[in-house]
Amino acid sequence: MKYLDEYRDPVLARRLLAELRTVATSPWAIMEVCGGQTHTLVRQGIDELLPAGIRMIHGPGCPVCVTPLETIDKAVAIAARPDVVFTSYGDMLRVPGTSGDLLGVKARGGDVRVVYTPLDAVRIARENPERQVVFFAVGFETTAPANAMAVLHAAETGLRNFSVLVSHVLVPPAMTAILDAPDNQVQAFLAAGHVCAVMGWTEYEPIAARYRVPIVITGFEPLDLLEGIVLAVRQLETGRATVENQYVRAVRRAGNTAAQDVVRRVFRVTERTWRGIGPIPASGLALTAEFAGFDAESRFATDGVRTAEHPDCIAGRILRGTAVPTDCAAYGTRCTPRTPLGAPMVSAEGTCAAFHHAGRRQSTVEAAR
Amino acid sequence: MCLGIPGRIVAESGDDPVLRMGTVDFDGVRRPVCLAYTQDAQIGDYVIVHVGFAITLVDEAEAAKTLAVLRAIPDALATELGPEAVA
Repeated sequence: MKYLDEYRDPVLARRLLAELRTVATSPWAIMEVCGGQTHTLVRQGIDELLPAGIRMIHGPGCPVCVTPLETIDKAVAIAARPDVVFTSYGDMLRVPGTSGDLLGVKARGGDVRVVYTPLDAVRIARENPERQVVFFAVGFETTAPANAMAVLHAAETGLRNFSVLVSHVLVPPAMTAILDAPDNQVQAFLAAGHVCAVMGWTEYEPIAARYRVPIVITGFEPLDLLEGIVLAVRQLETGRATVENQYVRAVRRAGNTAAQDVVRRVFRVTERTWRGIGPIPASGLALTAEFAGFDAESRFATDGVRTAEHPDCIAGRILRGTAVPTDCAAYGTRCTPRTPLGAPMVSAEGTCAAFHHAGRRQSTVEAAR
Repeated sequence: MCLGIPGRIVAESGDDPVLRMGTVDFDGVRRPVCLAYTQDAQIGDYVIVHVGFAITLVDEAEAAKTLAVLRAIPDALATELGPEAVA
């Protein structure tokens, strides 16, 4: 397939790996922010082919993983209501809440439906005027334009039985939080290409300058990732710290301003709690006053939700990049993609699931080091 | 949900001026996609699609340039790694 296959060419990948070996003279730790990039790195085994000193730290860029437990519990509570059709992206259904997940609600007869786009949720609301249709609006800057457009479209067409449970998160504040952590090991970032396709990269420039950290906007195919790593290492080796764009075919400096305009109209920036990480100031999106009537949390009282994480899960350390899944005693035994204890084992973008799908065991990871 | 996929616009359904919709071909699989955020995109263009929305146009000239740069990396460096370095 065009724009995929040619960026998976093994011959060119070998050349990039060879180039990396000549460029890298010191050990460096680089974080790929996005779960989609983690998925490619682990599935292709790229992280295990890098020169010995180059270590990839897997970042928190998995929306399924960082959606707060409290929000999952609220989703489960709202979805269980008999008057509600609860619509969600499919990978949210297995995310464990304090007492069960959305799939469990569906199994007990709740009307939980998977949608591929929020516009499908709007259509379901239009076709079922006697039901309350709630859409689980989660994700990073990549899904925000779609979710914002769904709300805007519902408002413009006067849909009264549609609402959204919002738990949007933003990448740059999470990168800052990682850099501010006392045990931070990240020396450079591969920024998420598609987030930057929407937002551009001006907001990353102050981060690169203030923390003296190279930030390379990187695509998702093997060659993109390898080239992104080469560019990051070259900056590290020469003492530079700038925002550089590897993903030129899809990302422009200003981003997609039409999408940004709609996001800014429907959403405002707010503090958001990240599952496993904690509250991060100005790191999320909530509905603006103009669209507050579409807020499912105020439409359906969800007070009294009491949350508790599974005691064996080390998702917080994995999301902060201070542990890998194979460090976890439950990994691959009590915790698998079919029976996840924590969110990173659920989605293909989650680090634990990526490791598990690639068949990683303690021994293979240790051998690769 | 967070994985974007490139596809080629093969049709436009222009009945709604606000919610510009089209059909995008993903290697043989065709899906309706909202083109509201890529107003410049024409039939035949490649776009990257997230949750049913095209979020950016793929710049074909830049794509070709990136590949040309990658292909220009000397192969001599690779010989030391052997042919099985990448699965």
